[in-house]
Amino acid sequence: MRRNLIFVLMSLEVMLNAAGLAFVVAGSRWHQADGQVMFVFILAMAAAEVAVGLALVLHIYHRFKSLDVDAISEMRG
Amino acid sequence: MQPTFYIAGGVAVLSTVLMLTRLNLVHALLYLIVSLLAVSVVFFVLGAPFVAALEAIVYAGAIMVLFLFVVMMLNIGRSAAVTERQWLTPGIWTGPVVLAAILILEVFDLARGASAGLGTGATGPKEVGIALFGPYMIGVELASMLLLAGLVGAYHLGLRKTEKPEMQRDTGIDEGRADTGRDLVLAGTDRSARAT
Amino acid sequence: MISWLWLIPTLPFLSATLLVLFGSRLPRRAVAPLGVGSIGLSALVTALIAASFVTNPPAGHAYTQVLWTWISVAGFQPQIGLYLDALSLVMVLVVTFVGFLIHIYAAEFMIEDKSYSRYFAYMNLFVASMITLLLGNDLLLLLLGWESVGLCSYLLIGFWYRDPTNGLAARKAFIVTRVGDCALMIALFLLFTKLGTLQIQDLMQRASVAWPSGSTWALAATLLLLGGAVGKSAQIPLQVWLPDAMAGPTPTSALIHAATMVTAGVYLIARTHVLFSLAPAAQSAVAVVGAVTLLLAGFSALTQHDIKRILAYSTISQIGYMCLALGVGAWQAAMFHFFTHAFFKALLFLGAGVIINAVDDEHSIFRMGGLRKELPVAFWTFLAGGCALAGLPFITAGFFSKDLIIWQAWSAPGGHPALWIAGMLGAGLTSLYTFRLIFRVFFGPLGTPVTKRPGYAMKVPLVILAVLAVVGGYLKGPLFAFLHSALPSTIEAHVGSLTETGSEAIAGLLFLAGLYLAYLFHLKKRSLSDALVANPIGRALDQWWFAGWGFDWIYDKVFVQPFIWAANVNKSDFVDAFYTGVGRVAETSYQWLSSTETGRVRWYATVMAAGSVLFVAIVLLW
Repeated sequence: MRRNLIFVLMSLEVMLNAAGLAFVVAGSRWHQADGQVMFVFILAMAAAEVAVGLALVLHIYHRFKSLDVDAISEMRG
Repeated sequence: MQPTFYIAGGVAVLSTVLMLTRLNLVHALLYLIVSLLAVSVVFFVLGAPFVAALEAIVYAGAIMVLFLFVVMMLNIGRSAAVTERQWLTPGIWTGPVVLAAILILEVFDLARGASAGLGTGATGPKEVGIALFGPYMIGVELASMLLLAGLVGAYHLGLRKTEKPEMQRDTGIDEGRADTGRDLVLAGTDRSARAT
Repeated sequence: MISWLWLIPTLPFLSATLLVLFGSRLPRRAVAPLGVGSIGLSALVTALIAASFVTNPPAGHAYTQVLWTWISVAGFQPQIGLYLDALSLVMVLVVTFVGFLIHIYAAEFMIEDKSYSRYFAYMNLFVASMITLLLGNDLLLLLLGWESVGLCSYLLIGFWYRDPTNGLAARKAFIVTRVGDCALMIALFLLFTKLGTLQIQDLMQRASVAWPSGSTWALAATLLLLGGAVGKSAQIPLQVWLPDAMAGPTPTSALIHAATMVTAGVYLIARTHVLFSLAPAAQSAVAVVGAVTLLLAGFSALTQHDIKRILAYSTISQIGYMCLALGVGAWQAAMFHFFTHAFFKALLFLGAGVIINAVDDEHSIFRMGGLRKELPVAFWTFLAGGCALAGLPFITAGFFSKDLIIWQAWSAPGGHPALWIAGMLGAGLTSLYTFRLIFRVFFGPLGTPVTKRPGYAMKVPLVILAVLAVVGGYLKGPLFAFLHSALPSTIEAHVGSLTETGSEAIAGLLFLAGLYLAYLFHLKKRSLSDALVANPIGRALDQWWFAGWGFDWIYDKVFVQPFIWAANVNKSDFVDAFYTGVGRVAETSYQWLSSTETGRVRWYATVMAAGSVLFVAIVLLW
């Protein structure tokens, strides 16, 4: 339950990595290349997401002057 | 092979846990890099040299460096540590620990039935390449479009750096307006429209 | 000529339709000729038909003109038919002629009102409905006219609808007369079920054959008819609406609530007189109702302050006289009193309108005074009308008609000395309150100053009506001879110790006594009347009679409050709880759902994680 936005993004990377790890393990279990292919796709997606996400983090910091996730809860109710 | 696998796995888990509990942002990032490199070793042990290299180069190399760039640019290491100390009370770990414990139990339950055999023989880059340009062609194309979208989006979102005075005026107007929640998404597009 | 009968109700009805559709787009100079002219044409046609009827009477002294069959169901075929005999002809003549004069007056009286065309539309619709009521061949058509005049009365009382008290008065009038209308409708159901037709002449024939004198069916039917008449004609116990109906414009009060609509009940009883003669108990009930009403209303009129309310109570009292006459079997006398009353009561109301207009909308007679010199035309015409109402001997029409009724209350077959005493007492009261009104308004020091004077359109009808109020009495002979063909004449059953001249002499003395007392209390020594009201007994009586003998208070306690209480209790019963419960469930679930949308990322992440854990658990354990 980290409140810092960067930590949230980092945890997201960890999760994606974990999913990719599961794919690769499954692929190597049956000696097929499909697991690695999935991992490549996940990697590409993670890269794009990180790029856009960090750009948004920059905006948020300039707008709200803090990286608290709770501070940007304006879509309430 | 087996001991390398367990050691690398243990390092990955440990460094991830450490990353989650750090107060200093940069320390946490470095721990994450360590974790990713350990996972790369695991990949190599499993017989997937291609993704091992890919993980080390792209993930740990490019993406984490991007993180580091942003953190250094925002320059909030010291003040973030102070606020983190405020926020990280022991009580907030109960929820995540409970959920994670349930998940781990479920994973063990699932894994009980499977046979534990590490595959011999590596699946090299050649097989992966054939698979990518064969059945998974469309995935490749989609991924390339996704990367293009990410590139263009990041470019535009980042463009505001050169229009600081205009941005100042915009935030003034934004704060004057009653509902500012929309700006998180619209702000970039509005300014990019004005930029073009 | 006589076949033009259908024009009489149609012309005002057409004019009303045109005014409703196009009236707001026409200028005032066009609305007035249309609204007034239609009634004028109707009056002209009526006069021509009357001339033809008198000189060349049709067979049986009755003319029927069937226009078409209204409904045709098994065994029930009411027609839209018009029936003209002496009774309906006299009434239609009065309605159209007096209506015409009142419309001329209203053309100037309402000239500044914004809804000029709406007013004339309603007035024309009223005249059309009243003529339909009078000329209807079938009781169902009469009921149609009856309901329509009730509607027009509601529309006209609440004409200035922006003031909510006017709306309340209109609703009160409508609801109270509705009670009477229910009785009337039940009477119609009973008559149709028992006798199989509602066509009036047919009905009378079948009733006299099928029902012996004193039969219970006849009694029931006539008592119900009396209930309907009591509602529309504002007799005890349904008289409470007429004083409040004075909230409407003065020409409306003159036309509807003095000369025409309130006499619909009298017409109904006269029309079905055959049924009433089959049920003597009901006829006595009519007489008793009339006698009680004329006394109660007379006492109430003595204490009122508002000039129009005095005249309203006076109307209730005079219609009581007409009912008294009907009850003792003096049919022609009742019609004669209707004839003269229409003239002088309309005159008095129109005069009151001139006065109210002149003193800037002041209604209380205690704040007026000395208008004799300021409004001479109004004064002399009002004096003529007032003397007619009080019964100035030999000169005015009212003397002839009212005293005839009082005499027949003694001498007619259904007459009784108690009724005669009531009638005499009422005559004295009438004189007293009339001259109280005249002395307070026209004599004495000047009260509220005069700001507006009437024009010719308002003065000419006053003069014409004043002339009729004076000379109308001399038409008694020809009128009775004319009505003989439609209504049975009254035999003088018990003459006994009193003669007609004797009765008239006593009535004349009472007139003078009332005049003198009014002069004493309201002109010479006004302090006497103040002392009378200050005295505790006097004040109690004054307040009781001022509130109309407490009828409004009784009805409020007995009917209105329990109804409101029941409605409030019913507002939240279990059926309502079901519907509000549905709404409440929807609202609560909305609250719950919207509370999950906090906007906090951590909350969303937690919920997603917990949800995925749950799904995995379900997949595993299933």
